[in-house]
Amino acid sequence: MKKLYYALFIFLGILVLLAGSNSVAQAQEKTLILATTTSTQDTGLLDVLIPMFEKKTGYFVKTIAVGSGQAMTMGQKGEADVLLVHSPAAEKKFMEDGFGVSRRLVMHNDFILVGPAEDPAKIKGLKSAAEAFKKIASAQALFVSRGDNSGTHAKEKDVWKVAGVKYEGEKWYQQTGLGMGQTLNVAAEKKGYTLTDRGTYLALEKTLKLGILVEGDAVLLNVYHVMEVNPAKWPKANITAAKFFSDFMVSKETQDIIKTFGVDKYGSPLFFPDAGKKVEDLGK
Amino acid sequence: MDLIFEGIKKAFSLLVSFDPEVLGITFLSLKVSGTATLISLFIGISVGASVALTRFPGRRIVVSLINTGMALPPVVVGLFVTISLWRNGPLGFMGILYTPLAMIIAQAVIATPIVTGITLAAVQQLPAKLRLQILALGATRLQMLWILIKEAKLSLLAAVMAGFGGVISEVGASIMVGGNIKGYSRVLTTATVMETGRGNFDVAIALSIILLLLAYLINLVLTQVQQRERRR
Repeated sequence: MKKLYYALFIFLGILVLLAGSNSVAQAQEKTLILATTTSTQDTGLLDVLIPMFEKKTGYFVKTIAVGSGQAMTMGQKGEADVLLVHSPAAEKKFMEDGFGVSRRLVMHNDFILVGPAEDPAKIKGLKSAAEAFKKIASAQALFVSRGDNSGTHAKEKDVWKVAGVKYEGEKWYQQTGLGMGQTLNVAAEKKGYTLTDRGTYLALEKTLKLGILVEGDAVLLNVYHVMEVNPAKWPKANITAAKFFSDFMVSKETQDIIKTFGVDKYGSPLFFPDAGKKVEDLGK
Repeated sequence: MDLIFEGIKKAFSLLVSFDPEVLGITFLSLKVSGTATLISLFIGISVGASVALTRFPGRRIVVSLINTGMALPPVVVGLFVTISLWRNGPLGFMGILYTPLAMIIAQAVIATPIVTGITLAAVQQLPAKLRLQILALGATRLQMLWILIKEAKLSLLAAVMAGFGGVISEVGASIMVGGNIKGYSRVLTTATVMETGRGNFDVAIALSIILLLLAYLINLVLTQVQQRERRR
């Protein structure tokens, strides 16, 4: 009996030793904190790119996948070194306020309006996203919003603004406060409409009973930029690694991978590489 | 229903194929939660036993604080630990945010009140005369404490199980302070959340099954120790 007791304690003791030995924080100058949106993680793109980057540079990347809003707050507080986000208006403000030193275009895809096959608001095939939002509002059909200050949420608010209808506090307007994948699941379960980036939708399509109803509107462009945090504001930011990372994201090799990422699995790419282009020229 | 079978199948195939990523995640869960529980035992049993055996003004307030701590929400712990460990936060110089070590700290904070509370109740429940008897037999204070702890072993093992169960199943704090970093700070619960977000329900179910299995095995060992001791 006693043996078992001791065995248990020895086992736990070994655990402590192990935990102590390899959880010692890696040398800080060799780690990079990347704050990014849920879509880059939920699509699996970063699972391909990060190991490549680590192998190439020897840096250890800590990827923190949150909404674009939270990612930028982390940048503003100096808690991240580099950001990969998709919330252009907020990004511009971030740069203007001096929190970032560079902002480079990486890739784009588009937002799409998805919903149940029954389509209670009759929006399928509409060319204008704002028009579709208006119809959803007047039909009082359930709309599921991220509600988390993410890039997608910011875009959704823009479209509501254009549509010019009251949505906040309405019974048919529900906010999940969750990531895109989970919000899509909520929308599918409750048969609601939601705005999503195409990448996450394609990655989850097989499990969702939601169809693409509105797409192709210029306002629905979804643009990803990489930004380096300003070391003048936050001396602890690892600017060398951040620079390496943003160079890596716009390098030809990475851009080629982005171009074909997802083709084998979903039949079409999830993102379109845009390094060196101008935002105004996208989607044309 | 199909999905659950798919998940069970997936769990089985991940286990028999010794999928290195899943093994790593499982082992890290065990390591982080095991270490956190051990730390909480050290602090919890000492504090719990001391409070149980002493009388001081404001004791009831302390006891109710400990008991409230047993219901400490993991996300609240996660939030405060994250803010303290931020690079530019009060403990930022340690540079341990988004590491397994940070997860151990957060989980230890969650488990300690649980262990303390149960220890307190267990030691206090022992007959008061037992203490007198032990002291009368010439034991030192430390020896007495040790005997009392041994007497309360049944409940103390329950404290271990409750503490470990609380932290191995916890996700809120782990995802905040650990960051769910692939191959580094991803544990079973945070991986399950992520796979659910990705729509990979079969993998999510598989991870849940592995988590339940792990919890069962640990508790089986602990229960074995607990119940055999009782028969003696």
